[in-house]
Amino acid sequence: MDFNDTSEEARFREEAAAWLAENAPTDEAFRALSPLEQAKQWQKCKYDAGWACIGWAPEFGGRGASPIEEVIWRQEESRYDLPASFFLIGQGMIGPTLMAWASDEDKARYLPPLASGEEVWCQLFSEPAGGSDLAALRTRAERDGEDWVINGQKIWTSGAHYSDYGVVVVRTDPTVAKHKGLSYFYVDMKAPGVEIKPIKQLTGDSDFNEVYFTDVRVSDSQRLGEVGQGWQVSLTTLMNERAAIGSSFGQMDVSLALSVAQEVEIDGHPALEDAAVRTKIANWYVQESGLKYTGYRSLTALSRGALPGPENSIGKLVGAPKMQAMSSYLMDLLGASGAIADEALATKAGIIQRAYMGAPGLRIAGGTDEIMANIIAERVLGLPQEPRLDKGIPFNEVPTG
Amino acid sequence: MNFEFSEEQQLLREQARGFLTEHCSTSVVRAVLDSNEDWDASLWKKVAEMGWTATVIPEAYGGLGLSYYELAIIAEEMGRSAAPLPFSSSLYLASEAIRHFGNESQKSEWLPKLASGECVATVAMAERAGRLVLDQLETRRMDSQITGHKVPVADASVADVAVVLARSDQGLEACLVPLKQEGVSISPVLTFDTSRGHSAVTFDRAAAQALGDAPVDPADWERVIDGAAVLFAWEQLGVAESALIQARDYALQRFAFGRAIGSYQAIKHKLANMYVKNTLARSNAYYGVWALAEGSDELPLAAATARVAAIQASTYAAEENIQTHGGMGFTWEFDCHFYYRRAKLLSLAIGSEAVWQDRLVSALTEQTVAA
Repeated sequence: MDFNDTSEEARFREEAAAWLAENAPTDEAFRALSPLEQAKQWQKCKYDAGWACIGWAPEFGGRGASPIEEVIWRQEESRYDLPASFFLIGQGMIGPTLMAWASDEDKARYLPPLASGEEVWCQLFSEPAGGSDLAALRTRAERDGEDWVINGQKIWTSGAHYSDYGVVVVRTDPTVAKHKGLSYFYVDMKAPGVEIKPIKQLTGDSDFNEVYFTDVRVSDSQRLGEVGQGWQVSLTTLMNERAAIGSSFGQMDVSLALSVAQEVEIDGHPALEDAAVRTKIANWYVQESGLKYTGYRSLTALSRGALPGPENSIGKLVGAPKMQAMSSYLMDLLGASGAIADEALATKAGIIQRAYMGAPGLRIAGGTDEIMANIIAERVLGLPQEPRLDKGIPFNEVPTG
Repeated sequence: MNFEFSEEQQLLREQARGFLTEHCSTSVVRAVLDSNEDWDASLWKKVAEMGWTATVIPEAYGGLGLSYYELAIIAEEMGRSAAPLPFSSSLYLASEAIRHFGNESQKSEWLPKLASGECVATVAMAERAGRLVLDQLETRRMDSQITGHKVPVADASVADVAVVLARSDQGLEACLVPLKQEGVSISPVLTFDTSRGHSAVTFDRAAAQALGDAPVDPADWERVIDGAAVLFAWEQLGVAESALIQARDYALQRFAFGRAIGSYQAIKHKLANMYVKNTLARSNAYYGVWALAEGSDELPLAAATARVAAIQASTYAAEENIQTHGGMGFTWEFDCHFYYRRAKLLSLAIGSEAVWQDRLVSALTEQTVAA
């Protein structure tokens, strides 16, 4: 075993690193732009040079790179402080959905500007009545000639306010069973009747929105998949979601915990000398290291041209609760001053407090801890689903509480 | 990135699993538990014929000269089958100590016999309850004689020779003591896992030689224990996998309130947690065996991480496997207790969880300083 690239991978890494060294913007003018403007400018720069969405086919703006080359590219790009999150949902989840389900004409129209960052996309799935039970959604679309008319409310939509287009899954037939009455469309986010309201999170930030649809008219040509096939199309989108969300837990890692435990004292000794503190740190390291080397195993599979096994499904389920537990405990070590979030006064400039306040969101977004455990139990271990009381019943007869 | 076993090594895994499925079914484990035997001597002979006892011993001493990757694979399968064999005592600990610290004549005398499996070796470390403290050992070597009391010693009743940790005027020593001699008395000690015999061993001026005729630097001894910890982790991982599979199979087949208990989230989440812990343990065990096989400076950290993860995964899986089975899991008749016993037994040898959590943080701090 070794952690080295194959010679082909090394050549690719060298090429990517050389292009980044030459082109990654570091100048003051770039830094003065807003994060969205920075992201768009950098994405266009990559696109023009063939370094955007490199796994996509050349006709869609990519270069047909292999999965391992995509990983290498991300590793090299992440060495630079460049904004990327604006395009994650569109390029990571919606792009593959368009490739699988859109007409050739739509693919040619929408994929290249999605790759270049000129058009931003968002995903309109969750609803107040449909979170973990996504297929219980109630936003409806009714046929009117060549058009459909959409009415209802979506929630937790990241980036709706700066998106040009969105994909939306709606109920087109409430008289059949839950999963069978759904259809999938793309919509213009600037269309009349689309209203976007930011949600203020418990952190005080607003990363998500509520999106209201009032008589929003979309053409039947904006439908992906058949009428009633919306669930299958949604699964294409969702398949690409969890890996993207689970991968980042910010700066809350064991090296931060070690640093705090070295600074803070218990009874006149560094907290790091305390057995209980050491136990906690060791356990977090076991998780952190376990995830890191699980990732290396998956990369090895990619490097050999194989599909990674199911082991990657543990990432978010381990990482998000760990972030909460670690930030909570590090604040405990700080005592009363653990409450201080002011960047100028707080130990570690408030990172720990922000992590603690953000952790509940990570444990929920993209599949709650409980849903992730169900997925492992069902898809990896082969256990049966819970019996579902709404199974086979027309949606408009399902109890709603 | 090449963080996976080779194709040849994967073949060895299949071969080992097939062999142990055939020759070490749970009825073989049960037979030892039901009897007064301390091991399955005929299974040991078969395992030796497969060459497994020779895996990492150099060819110059009659071994196969393979790497720790191969030994880790076999260790996992040993754990999976809860084999009633002195594999860990003889291979991960005693043979390694002789290889690392023995002089030429000591290695020539013992390694070929350990490679062929005609002899079994063990280590005698613990003297009393609590953590092992190397500079407080009471067993003493003077001239060519050793005196002291070691308890418990795993597999002593079936071993031919022991590496005994002792002190002399020069300091810490790993002494080679043939067990079939006057001056060595071995009496059985009852443990909760009688599929592996344990003993109290008293040395009364027994013939002994310090390995390498010299004291052992405690740090060097700990490196041998680090290596053993990686191999223990692989064996524990095998135990954990067997417990998970048994729990999964039972949850699919046992019905309550009109449906398979595996369809209840209380059971699904328990089994998902087992899978998570086993996956973390496996990936950390990869890190451990990489560090061991490649001779990396990261071995102390990698070994401690692998060991802590394996202790946590195997004890959790074994405990919750019984819980998943309900009352039947608490019977002698069901096999669940094999993994419950073995997971805990392996977790107590060479330092338990808290010891390795402590070592992990020490290694982490040192590695961070070095980097």
